[in-house]
Amino acid sequence: MVRILQITILLLLATAGYAQSVSRDEIRGLDEQIQDVKKDVINLTGELAQLEEKLLFPSNTQVSFFVSLADKQPFDLEAVELKLNNEIVAHHLYTFREIEALQKGGVQRIYTGNVQTGSHPLEVTFIGKSTSGKAYRANASYKVEKAVGPKFVEIKIAGTESAINFKDW
Amino acid sequence: MYSRLVPALRGAAPATLRTVGAALSALPLALCTNFAVAKAAQEKLEDLFFGAAMFEAYQENYFDAIVGLDTELNQYRSLDEPGLDPFTAHLGQAEFSVGDLELSYRMHREAGRAIEAVLKGNVSQSVRNEAAYRLAKIHYHKQQPRNALHALEMIEGRVPERVRADEQFLRARVYMELGRFEEAVALLRDLKGDESLDGFVEYNLGIAQLKAGQEERGVLELTALGKRRSSDAAKQALYDKTNLLLGSYLMEAEQLELARPYFDRVNLEGPFSNRALLGAGWVEAKAGRYDRALVPWKLLQQRKGTNESVQEAMLAVPYAYGKLDVHSTAAINYGRALDSFGNEVDTLTASIKSIREGKFLEALRRKEATQVKNWVVALRNLPDAPETHYLLDLMASNDYQEFLRNYRDLNDLFERNEEWLASLTAYEDIIELRRAYYEPLLPGLDKKFRELDARIKLRIEQRDKFAGRIEQMLVTRRPEYLARAEEQHARLQLRRLRKVMSQHPGGFTDATLQRVARLEGVLNWRLSTEYDQRLTEAYKHLQELNIEIEQLQTVYHSYVRSRQAATHSYTGYHDTIRRLRAQIEQKQDRLDTLMARQGSMLETLAIDELDRRRAQLESYQIKARFALADSYDRANELQEQRADQMKVEQHRANQPEPLPQDNPPELDAPSSEGGEE
Repeated sequence: MVRILQITILLLLATAGYAQSVSRDEIRGLDEQIQDVKKDVINLTGELAQLEEKLLFPSNTQVSFFVSLADKQPFDLEAVELKLNNEIVAHHLYTFREIEALQKGGVQRIYTGNVQTGSHPLEVTFIGKSTSGKAYRANASYKVEKAVGPKFVEIKIAGTESAINFKDW
Repeated sequence: MYSRLVPALRGAAPATLRTVGAALSALPLALCTNFAVAKAAQEKLEDLFFGAAMFEAYQENYFDAIVGLDTELNQYRSLDEPGLDPFTAHLGQAEFSVGDLELSYRMHREAGRAIEAVLKGNVSQSVRNEAAYRLAKIHYHKQQPRNALHALEMIEGRVPERVRADEQFLRARVYMELGRFEEAVALLRDLKGDESLDGFVEYNLGIAQLKAGQEERGVLELTALGKRRSSDAAKQALYDKTNLLLGSYLMEAEQLELARPYFDRVNLEGPFSNRALLGAGWVEAKAGRYDRALVPWKLLQQRKGTNESVQEAMLAVPYAYGKLDVHSTAAINYGRALDSFGNEVDTLTASIKSIREGKFLEALRRKEATQVKNWVVALRNLPDAPETHYLLDLMASNDYQEFLRNYRDLNDLFERNEEWLASLTAYEDIIELRRAYYEPLLPGLDKKFRELDARIKLRIEQRDKFAGRIEQMLVTRRPEYLARAEEQHARLQLRRLRKVMSQHPGGFTDATLQRVARLEGVLNWRLSTEYDQRLTEAYKHLQELNIEIEQLQTVYHSYVRSRQAATHSYTGYHDTIRRLRAQIEQKQDRLDTLMARQGSMLETLAIDELDRRRAQLESYQIKARFALADSYDRANELQEQRADQMKVEQHRANQPEPLPQDNPPELDAPSSEGGEE
């Protein structure tokens, strides 16, 4: 029986070096090629994203809204709804990872679209809860003044204060 | 099981130590990999797009985060005066974050190149130190400890506070890899108490002390660590592994009484519990206490039959019963083990077939598998997927994890590119629709525009003329300029009359002459007296005209922009789209080839592993069959012995009471000595 244990150990030792069927050089070579292709695809995707933006959201009509959290108290944002010109343009339910990313200071690009130059009413509604579980809900309005260039508006949500602040960038 | 733990302490092979060290340091490495990313959260946001890229980074969407940051960096570098751009505030952070993200996305070479560029650049010593630390981390991760040490040696002066502990910890692990255990011990001892590395410092310190010959201190350090308890699964796993390591180490050192408590401390629900139960049993068996060995082994025997420790326990239990001379129970357990092994061999054979048919890679590519926490295990639930429980150990190894992630990355890139190809086709359709809409409209619009343009120009000329006159009137008084239309008409008529009168001096009566003079006087009086008011009004009118002309010009520019936007919405894309499509298709071919190669590597290693487990089970089957036969023989032998014994006892019981053979002492013949008396 002890021999079984010895055989087991030998077999386990054998698996530690699986390089019999796949050599280290082969692994390294493939890994380097994968890294190269990743870099190429990243560059290509950057270029494609720019083309997409230029084609679908030209700067003279582009408007983008960004959601961030005010950094005072931890707040679990559950959902945000955006109405632009009285039409719902975005309704987002947040995942756990998205909430974490917002709490760490990330900014979510929630909507990109096209509008004519001029003034456009924007209405924002959010629901969420504090760490103690208390539910919060608030809405706020803002006039988006679209000029010739692209328009970027940050929607900063101070959840536990039921406040929404807007900032033009 | 001992092979994975004990050589870490006993054998001097650094490679084996690396396995333990790397596996255990995986968590702190992951923690410190993203510290630059984490640091960004603390800084005030000056650029929305940097924040958007970090939003992806915090969610570990490395690809999207790298694309976002790369785009920002490229745009920033192409600016004429980049210093004025708000992104400047995040520049250093963005550059380091890209390196970190590339590292997390397994692009070590790119991350290394970026950091080397920082090292070669004209940067402060503090930035240089941080870059050197990051480069060392990459080399360490790529199992190049000498290069890592070389990078660490580039650090001069103080390391930035936020990476100081990580740098020391990395340095200590590099020393351990290079066999410089005393230096590692000194560094790790200083690091004790650092909250971010809590547990990992103690573990490495314990190992380093054992390897440095400070056995007693090492055991004490690891014992103290193993006695801890945590509700955090990762930390508890570290404590369990520490106990398992020490238990195995002491058992190998034949210190059996000391070894058992370490196995007992391992959490029975944790990932190391099976090995701990097996080890606890072996400690007792080695001490000859087979009845006590049966307690953990029987518990283990009830667990998932695909686990190596459980399979070993299936043989260990009847072995112990055999040693206790309970051969019939041993035979029953060998029988059960044989049945179980037979089933598992069939499962393994089916799994190998499934992998050969490509089902394993197919399962890996499916999205739903990744949406659960233990996706590797969950793969087995997919149709025709292989039994992944057998692959857990293989899949847990660093290299195999890299292969898996690379394969999934390649698949992800392939799918993204497919979507881009579909999008490009859609864009071409959009462009054609735009062209079809705008091209017929533009000539008519252009004609109207030219008319409007001519009118605007005329009005501008008039405005300029009026403006010139008003300016002149501010210098020289010119009432006639402000005469109204009927007044101008009257002035001209009077001038004509005067001309006629001068040509015919006697042809007009005095009354007529006086009347003309009076009319001239009235007109001049009016123009002179109303001059200031009229000038003011004229100035106001000019202002109003300016506003109107401005509005006209706004319309004009708006038209020009709209005209340009309309044209730009469908012209100039054809070549770009064609080029990008060709590039994507080229990349797709490459991705396809690399996926095939990486997939083949994954399949080969998985099949090797399953083959090994099958061979192991087949060997167990042979052992079990022999042991089963032996148990039957012994059980029969014992049964026969018992039957013989019973016969003897029965025979004895049937015999009449035998006559006493010995006389009582008083009946014995007197002794010769007594006779002599």
